[in-house]
This record gives sequence, C-alpha cells and structure tokens, in this order.
Amino acid sequence: MTGPNRREMLLLGAAAMIPTSLAAQETPRRGGVLTVHFSTEQRILNPSLQASTGVYIVGGKMQEALVDLDAQGNPVGVLAESWESAPDGLTHVFRLRRGVTWHDGKPFTSADVAFSAMEMWKKILNYGTTMQQFLTEVQTPDPHTAIFKYERPMPQGLLLRGLPDLGYVSPKHIFETGDIRQNPANNAPIGTGPFKFVQYERGQHIIAERNPNYWRENMPYLDRIIWRVVGDRAAAAAQMESGQLLFSPYSALSIADMQRLGRDPRFEATTRGNEGNVRTNTLEFNFRNPILADVRVRKAIAHSLNVPFFIENFLGPFAKPGTGPIPSVSTDYYPTSPMPQYGYDVAAANRLLDEAGHRRGAGGVRFNLRLNPAPWGEDIALWSTFIQQSLQQVGIRVEIVRLDAAGFLRTVYNDWNFDLATGWHQYRSDPAVSTTVWYRSGSPRGAPWTNQWGWTDPTIDTIIDNAATEVDPVKRKALYADFVQRAQTELPLWMPIEQIFVSVFNRRIRNAGNNPRWASSSWHDTWLAS
Amino acid sequence: MRVLRLALWRLAASLPTLLLILAGMFLLLQLAPGDTVDALMAQMGGGDAALAEDLRRFYGLDVGIAAQLWNYLMRLATLDLGFSAIYGKPVATVILERLPPTILLMAASLSFAFFFGLVLGVIAARRVNKWPDTLISTLGLIFYATPSFWFGLMAIVLFSVYLQWLPAGGFGDITQSYTGIAAVLDIAQHLVLPTFTLGLIFLAIYLRIMRASMLEVLSLDFVRTARAKGLSETRVVTKHVLRNAMLPMVTLIGLQAGTMLGGSVVVESVFALPGLGRLAYESVVQRDLNTLLGIVFVSALLVITINFLVDILYARLDPRIVSGS
Repeated sequence: MTGPNRREMLLLGAAAMIPTSLAAQETPRRGGVLTVHFSTEQRILNPSLQASTGVYIVGGKMQEALVDLDAQGNPVGVLAESWESAPDGLTHVFRLRRGVTWHDGKPFTSADVAFSAMEMWKKILNYGTTMQQFLTEVQTPDPHTAIFKYERPMPQGLLLRGLPDLGYVSPKHIFETGDIRQNPANNAPIGTGPFKFVQYERGQHIIAERNPNYWRENMPYLDRIIWRVVGDRAAAAAQMESGQLLFSPYSALSIADMQRLGRDPRFEATTRGNEGNVRTNTLEFNFRNPILADVRVRKAIAHSLNVPFFIENFLGPFAKPGTGPIPSVSTDYYPTSPMPQYGYDVAAANRLLDEAGHRRGAGGVRFNLRLNPAPWGEDIALWSTFIQQSLQQVGIRVEIVRLDAAGFLRTVYNDWNFDLATGWHQYRSDPAVSTTVWYRSGSPRGAPWTNQWGWTDPTIDTIIDNAATEVDPVKRKALYADFVQRAQTELPLWMPIEQIFVSVFNRRIRNAGNNPRWASSSWHDTWLAS
Repeated sequence: MRVLRLALWRLAASLPTLLLILAGMFLLLQLAPGDTVDALMAQMGGGDAALAEDLRRFYGLDVGIAAQLWNYLMRLATLDLGFSAIYGKPVATVILERLPPTILLMAASLSFAFFFGLVLGVIAARRVNKWPDTLISTLGLIFYATPSFWFGLMAIVLFSVYLQWLPAGGFGDITQSYTGIAAVLDIAQHLVLPTFTLGLIFLAIYLRIMRASMLEVLSLDFVRTARAKGLSETRVVTKHVLRNAMLPMVTLIGLQAGTMLGGSVVVESVFALPGLGRLAYESVVQRDLNTLLGIVFVSALLVITINFLVDILYARLDPRIVSGS
C-alpha cells in the first residue's frame, strides 16, 4: 500500500497540492458542521457487522478499529497500542489502549475485542467470516491484552491490513443479550470514536456530535457531522455547489460533474485519500458456454477492446489500464515480474477466433453472446456499451442484459444465466481478503464476487492456499506473483481497468484525504476553515 | 351518518380489489430475479454462501412462496403490515414517518395545479384563439412535454445554485433546529421548488381540460338563456358556466391522485425528500416485500379516500348526481 499516490496528484495538477501544504501550516480551528453526501442508505451502520464503504462513511466516525492506516499506508494503532506475532503465525497478541471509554461511559476492555472477534467478525461480518475462519479463540488474560489464536498460520501482514476495515470493535455489554443483528445499537452506534450518534432520520439525514471524552486530547475539531441522504447524482452536485454539502465521497457524483467541480476553484476532485479503496473493472466469462471455455476466444475478446482509448474518452483522469487481479497501488503484493497482457490488436483477435473455428457467417457474425453489466457505477454502463461495439468489429454480436442489483447478483452468481458479465472487483488491502476468491474453485453456488465461472484449476488453488497461510512476507509476495501469472495466462476473468474512488471536497475542509482510507476513517483531525 | 355509511360501503367494495392488488404485487415481485438478501449482498460488497443462507432464514425467506404469501395475508388480516427488511422497523412505523412529506407535497401541488389550471383555463377560453389563449396553450404544452426531473434540476440550478434563494433539497434545514412558526416556514421554503416541479405537469393538464370544458359549456343553450336574461358576462361565467365546467376537473383530481403518488418518485429523488415514492423505489430495488406491499396498501387506501371525497364534491357541484345511488 502506498501513501498518497503521487502519480494521481500530478495528473490532477499541482493546484491540488497547494491547499494541502497550506493546511499543514494552519492552526486547526475548533467547531463547525461537516455536511456529507450519503448516496445509498444502508440497513445498518455498524461496521463490526457489515464491511462496506456505505457503513464506514458513517459508522467509522463513531466506532473504532484495533488498527488503521497512517498517511504512508502502514498499520497504526487505534484501539490497539502495539502488537506482536509468534513466528508460526498461530498467535497474535494485541496490547490495548488504556483509559478509553464507550460513549455510554463504560470502559473499553479486551472482553469487547474478544466478543467482537468471535461473535461478529468470525460469524457475521462479510469478508470477516473468510478472514477469521481459522480463528479458534481470543484469550483475555487481563483487560488490556487480547490474544488471537489461530488453527492455521495467519500472516501478520494479512491480519494488520485486514483489520482497519474488518476489525471494528463493538461494545460487549450492549450486544451480549439478544439477537446481534436486531440490536437497536446497529442503527444508533455506541462506540469509542470521536463522534457520538445523535439521530438517524431515514431517507433524510444522520447526525453525530463531538465526543467530549474522546481519548485523543483536544480532538475532534468538528462540532457535528451531518450526512444528508441524496440519491440523485445531479441533485447532489447541485447541493455541493449551493454549499448544502461539503463532501461527496466514493465517486457518488457523475463522471462529468466530478470533472466539472474539479475545475472549480471552490472544490477539489481527487483520488487522494482513497488509495485503500481500489477497484478494477472486470470482464467475467461463463465457461458453461463452450465457446468461452476456449482460452483463445477469451484472449481474442481481450485483444478486441481498446482499453486506453476507452479510459481516455470516457473515464478521464481517474482511471488507468489494469495489469491483472492485483492492482498497482498494492506495493506489497504487486508483482515486479512481467505479467501476460492483452493489448488492443484486432488482427490478433480475428486470428485467434479463426483458429478457434469460429468463422464469420452471414453478415460477418461469428457468434452471439449475452453481456450482464452490474448496475452500480456509470463506468460499468459505459464499459458494457463499449464492449458491445468493440466486439461487433470482430464479428461477435453482443446483447446487453441490464438488471438491478439483486437481479444481477442472482442471475450471474446463482443462476449462472450469462455469457459475459462485467462489474467491479474491489481490492481490500490484501489479495487473500478480496481477490483470490474470484479464482479459487469450490465456492458455494450463489456467493457473489467469487469463482462462479465453471472454471477449476488445481494449480491456482494450490498457489492461493499456500499464499494464504505463508507467514514469510517475501515468500508470500512471490506466491502472489505466481498467482497473477497463472490468472493472466488462463484468463478465467479479465481485469483491464484500475480505478481509485474519487472524493469531491469543498476546499474549506482541512486535513482531508490524509490517509489511504480517509473517507472511511474517523476524521478525528478533520477541521473546517472559516 | 349517510356519508359514513357510504364511506364504509365504499371501503368494503374496494376490499376485493385491494386483496387482488396485494397478491398480484407479491407474485409480480417474485418474478424479479433476486431477493432482499441478494440486494443486501450487493450493498455489503460481498459475503459467503453460509452467511447468505443465515440471512435468508433471518428474513423468513427460507419457506416457499405460497407459505410466504399466506403468512403475509394472515398478518394483514390482523392489520399487521410486518417488519421492514431495510429499515429494521415495523412497516407501519416506516410508512407513517414517510407519509407527511408525500401528503404535503401532493396537497400543495394539487392545489397549485388545480387553482392555476382553472384560472388559466378560464382566461384561455374567454380569449379563445387570441394571443392570451395561444400563449397559455403553448406554455401548457411546454410544461406537459418537459420531463419533471429536468424541470426540477433546472429549478435547482437557477434558484439554489445561482440565485441562492431556495434550498436545493431536503425537507428542512438540519444544521439549524427551528421550532414553531420558524419550522413551518423552513419546511414551506423547502417545498416551494418540489411543489412547482410536480405541479406544472398537472397544471398543463388541468388548464387544457378547463379550456375545453369551458368552451363546450359556453356553447350550451342555458348559457344563451342566461345571456338573454341580460346577465353580465362575468356573472354568466362565474355563476353558470364555471360550476358546470368544473365537473371534469373534479373527476380528474380523483383519477390523478394515484398518478401523483407515482410521479412524486422522481420529484422526491431530485429534491431528496423523504417521501413515500422514494420509499417505494428503494423497496423495489432492495426487494423489501413487506415495505412495498405496505406502501401499496396505504396508497390504495389514500386513492380510495380521495375518490370518495371527489364523489361527495360531485354531489355538491351538481345536485342531479345523488350520492349513494
């Protein structure tokens, strides 16, 4: 993980950097209300139970995790002060911060950590259930020590990179009785964070206020945070301009509005502060269709798409060509060795299709395919149309099947009723958390964003399993290079575009984007210039 | 008393319709691929199969469709609308929270559209084929042909972004806490743009109907009689023509109450109003059956009520129509 990505900042021009450096010299001002764009209402706000950006953007200010990422992207203690791991990777000890209290005044102890880990992260939290599946117990020898025990080796790097997202702690005394999922605190969070929950009016707003007993001295600076629910993208852009909103996170505005507001001196549109939230656009193949089971056809399709042209003309400065399943911002695991690539080459595509035995028939058509685009994100809609038109050139006729979120997931990942699908793969700090499930065989039918392609490869399965339990960081990185090599050679799915989420800030916000998961982080040092 | 009996009779007569609508809606939603757990997975950005199975049990989706429908109707019989999957609260509570903005918006835009539609329609009919008529009819056509979301967005750009006169969205200023008169004014201020946006399309319809209806009535024999009696033109129009010309307008209100509930989805989204229309949209996307059926139920009741009121109004406007017969 890198710190603020310099390449991206240069791309957006030097102007983007000036306010940040100025902000560093200014004295933070206490007070003010930060109004935040909340585009998709979530069912719950508790980040111990649901790992999604829509939950972190709210719950992440009220509840805290054991560790977070610092400006350089390295793990830094929040509720944990320090940690050490046994060489075998089976035991990890966290020493907890003292003098921290919950918003209701009760002290924060190791019992809360043990409860959250065993009852929430391991059993309910999405991605957490995978990451913590070999966690056997959390020992609490004293109130300030939590010892995580695993039955298989857990690499420290994986644990520490997973915990900022998947390590939010909830208070045991609130959740220990009754059904955890139905606890009212899931929508009125009680945490240790810099802001206390005040009110949630569904469909309108959420309000949180400054926690006067916060453990970081003299923080936070803001008096209040108000999240306004605005579903319409154009309306949200207008509210940014009228000053009703000061911050719109996670590419929630239209691409055109983000670029337009980025040119306006009052705003900054940047990927800074989202380096921990990278996504790649996918092209997923259904191997149950015998045409696509042939690797030559998959490679031909990849060769038919002019990715740099698409990015330059449709996505603008916020995207770049991808090289494989592990995005380039992941410096810890991004392979240094060359990976097989499929550049734009129509001649090669035509040759491969001919070799595969798909001659052009009537009207120059070789065969027909259905393409299911995911309904999230404007880029996916554009990308699917681009695929349709590009493939027409090589004689593949594509029919686009548009469905809403529930329909898309059900049709593609459960009913397998598709030929091509396209959506996002969201990279979550470590390939073992978010990425290898797209390739590992044996995923139960219906699990979204996993290998549902009808493709089984024992070689890649072995590499994935070995890497997940490899405690030596150097060997682990080498295993992931092998993984990418294999994935790019077999091409069960293709990840040709890399995008970092875009934040649009009003420039009054200071210390904005000062860590790689800023929109999700606690905003304890955020302040507003007058 | 007679009115009350009529009301009860009307309600009883609509029960079979209501039941059919609910069952049809339930089955229709089954045709949409995916369920509320799929929608939740989409929101979470991932989760394993065991988790999904666990959630399906939690939301009561692990039994068959027939059993689900039966369970729902049985609960409805006891006036229990069930539990909302997305909101984690009883559906009745969720809907009650969302009802006030929708009803306010509906009442405001209907009154706006009705009043100005009437006035403009009368003016157009009085000056038929002269410049006021041409101007009003052209404007009406423009209002009718323009999609309401575009109107809404342009209104926001003009009045909120450039002129900064009115707020761009929301149901109240949440950075301040107003009480009493100030709170009412605050909400009124937030409703100005949505009311115009939603009202304009209906205004166009009303003015065209009013114009046509006025022209028709003006050509009838009793108007000639009234004129022959020596009544002034104003008196003829207000006392004789208007009352008769209003009947189709009143019919239209009853018919359009339902349309307006639907049309408010767009306006509520553009202006970020927490109304019933947006709730319905979210419920469909999230496959939250209980909430959606609850909304259908409440909307149906609302439309029945409005049509009932229209019937009573009919009887007042035209004594020849005897209510209850």
